[in-house]
Amino acid sequence: MGSVNDSDLFPTALKILIAGGFGVGKTTLVSSVSEIEPLSTEELLTQVSVATDDLEGVEKKTTTTVAMDFGRITLSADHVLYLFGTPGQERFWFMWDELSAGALGAVVLADTRRLEQCFAAVDFFERRGIGFIVAVNQFDGGYHYDPEEVRAAIDLKPDIPVVLCDARQSHSGTQVLVSLVQHLIDSRSQHVIDVI
Amino acid sequence: MSEIVEGPWLDGDAGRLVRPYTVSDGRTKPSAHFDLLTLVMATGTRPHSYLGPDHSHVLGLCGGPLSVAEIAAHIRQPAMVAKVLLSDLVDCGAITARAPERAPLGSDPTDRDLLEAVLDGLRKRL
Repeated sequence: MGSVNDSDLFPTALKILIAGGFGVGKTTLVSSVSEIEPLSTEELLTQVSVATDDLEGVEKKTTTTVAMDFGRITLSADHVLYLFGTPGQERFWFMWDELSAGALGAVVLADTRRLEQCFAAVDFFERRGIGFIVAVNQFDGGYHYDPEEVRAAIDLKPDIPVVLCDARQSHSGTQVLVSLVQHLIDSRSQHVIDVI
Repeated sequence: MSEIVEGPWLDGDAGRLVRPYTVSDGRTKPSAHFDLLTLVMATGTRPHSYLGPDHSHVLGLCGGPLSVAEIAAHIRQPAMVAKVLLSDLVDCGAITARAPERAPLGSDPTDRDLLEAVLDGLRKRL
């Protein structure tokens, strides 16, 4: 790392991931809560894949360029929160490893008309032990389900909150982030109790 | 994807005028480790050597603390190109950088004070 002598001048940069299927409203959510117009950047990510040639039988590393949308919320002079929308296409699931490194937690955005699209994200965060909540984006014209019905349909653990939201509304989107961070604090307290 | 249109490609439609890694002199690895969320800021020290237009452009964006991801988005280059340019600027003392906070994952407890600070900041926006 370069010079870090002036670290006092810098706020702490934090990251929350917004995951979910394609077209579920991840970028809408990022843009409704972000203080800047959502930006997009391309990152070259490493994918470890098993070679398709059986004779070879070794793992190969390939790289793929993926575009990510992100937004920013300045929480205070000391903390800046970045929100990264994960690419929705399932074939990019491998990149979450790099993207998720160092994340505080994640929001899995779900659309009840295509609930199965959020399974990959739920699976991933459960396995990686990354704290997350499920936010059901209420689309106009879509049938409004009870959060408990959604929980049952995803087969979610009882301690993972399911909240309803309108990703287009800044207030609603911010409330989702509040729910996530509250959940991270609660589950941390629970963990400490378990250890004692 | 944009639709196929008749006639010449103009402005942004024409794509990049310069191939991406030309800007970084063909280098694909920065000399220092940068994360997308590494924050960078100008030190106010002007380097003695001549800065090319790309480095000058990036340096001009570093007035306040800004993330590598934002710099990359603003200069419309892949993040890796931004990282190479930024590492050059760190090397010549023109900018300073700070790595992002690493939240411990898994069963390690995440810093409670940090989470409380984030919660406070978010609640103020409601």
